[in-house]
Amino acid sequence: MTRNVVITGVGAVTPLGVGARTLHERWSAGQSGIEDGFGRATEFEPKDHLSTKEVRRADRFTQLALAAAAEALEDAGWDDGPPGDPDFAACLIGTGIGGIDTLERQHLILQQQGADRISPLSIPLLMANAASGVVAMKHDLRGQSFGTVSACAAGAHAIGMAARLIRYGDAETVVTGGSEAAITPLATAAFSRMDALSDSGISRPFDRRRDGFVMGEGAGILVLESEEGARERGARILGYVRGYASTSDAHHLTAPEPSGRGASKAIELALRDAGVGPDDVKYVNAHGTSTPLNDRAETNALKSALGEERAAQVPISSTKSAIGHLLGAAGAVEAIATLLALRDRIAPPTLNYEEPDEGLDLDYVPKEARPLANGDGPAIGISNAFGFGGHNAVLCLEAE
Amino acid sequence: MSTTATREQIESRVFQALEEFGAEPDQISPDAEFEALDIDSLDLVELAQIVEDEYGVQLKGEDMEGITSVRQAVDLVASKLG
Repeated sequence: MTRNVVITGVGAVTPLGVGARTLHERWSAGQSGIEDGFGRATEFEPKDHLSTKEVRRADRFTQLALAAAAEALEDAGWDDGPPGDPDFAACLIGTGIGGIDTLERQHLILQQQGADRISPLSIPLLMANAASGVVAMKHDLRGQSFGTVSACAAGAHAIGMAARLIRYGDAETVVTGGSEAAITPLATAAFSRMDALSDSGISRPFDRRRDGFVMGEGAGILVLESEEGARERGARILGYVRGYASTSDAHHLTAPEPSGRGASKAIELALRDAGVGPDDVKYVNAHGTSTPLNDRAETNALKSALGEERAAQVPISSTKSAIGHLLGAAGAVEAIATLLALRDRIAPPTLNYEEPDEGLDLDYVPKEARPLANGDGPAIGISNAFGFGGHNAVLCLEAE
Repeated sequence: MSTTATREQIESRVFQALEEFGAEPDQISPDAEFEALDIDSLDLVELAQIVEDEYGVQLKGEDMEGITSVRQAVDLVASKLG
């Protein structure tokens, strides 16, 4: 028997501020969290959210996850730990890189002061699974816990797998999402050297002048529960993870397959998993990185998966236009943005989108937020996340 | 190379380190047990590093075995310096 998976809580720390609803409200109002070419989570002050010990024992990517998780659990109405059997409470948090700030700092110490001066906390801070481990420890989640690593698809992969754990009966509740804090000297230089970053420092997905992505940081955490469990405890239900699918381009280390073949297949399979068709999709939250290659391949993928006609009708917008690219956190933060947009029945705008590019001729929601043409049906949307390595993960969400 | 320090100075430095590690300042005393202060083995490795930086004495893993209280840690450092 397939069990329904509901979303009962969300939390986020992003360049637009602390809080999932802050992200939704500010993005919908057309505000940008990007300054000087970076999307930094400047409103996040670790000591406001964490104890001295927690701050010391966590790389920034884990600190962000802890803060987002605390918000999500409170939002879900969890008191002290999971509402059901803690052995069936899971924790899956994705990241693109993990604790790279710790890695870079400790490597400097190694070079300048020697091996004896390396912090004994180095490995537990930098490991890519740290956020999952630390969040599980803090909230007594004793079921499956691990990190997903698939570059910029990691957050979406985590949520998709989390939904599968509940459907399969491996978990009753899952705290899941993604986290990233990679605005560091090495990571910034490395992305820059591969020509991935925007020279202009402007995130303008799908626009003719787009010239690369803007690096961002943050975390997004969702609380998923089995529908029966959530209803039994009288939880407020925000929406459903209706479907999920993942494919691989098997094409190139960093470039998307130009026709969008792999991404298109992931969208098709996610809709099939959800039991819905292209006409049911009322909103698309695009991966929309603002790189020349992604936005073209993604446009092709949407046309192919939804059909030319439907693809041209459905509003498509990119959260990255407002906060930049949160890498491994992107899929999770954007799933939250998708859910809250669907709940409000609006499509937030793709900021900075002004000049159409040839062949990129879909409705990218320029200028300002717009009400969804919802009709009487459920508000269903998809959230795309694609990563270096050719990873494609697509979530199909439905709002209450 | 070790430097000299009074027992009071060592104790004061250890207190300061424990506070940095996140122990509650008003609970830190010579008689306090590390467990009660939520100070664990990872903290003690960091404490050993601080002591080495400050006083030039090396504390190895076996030195730290059985050290469960603030007083024992201060005694250990003082004895190494002595």
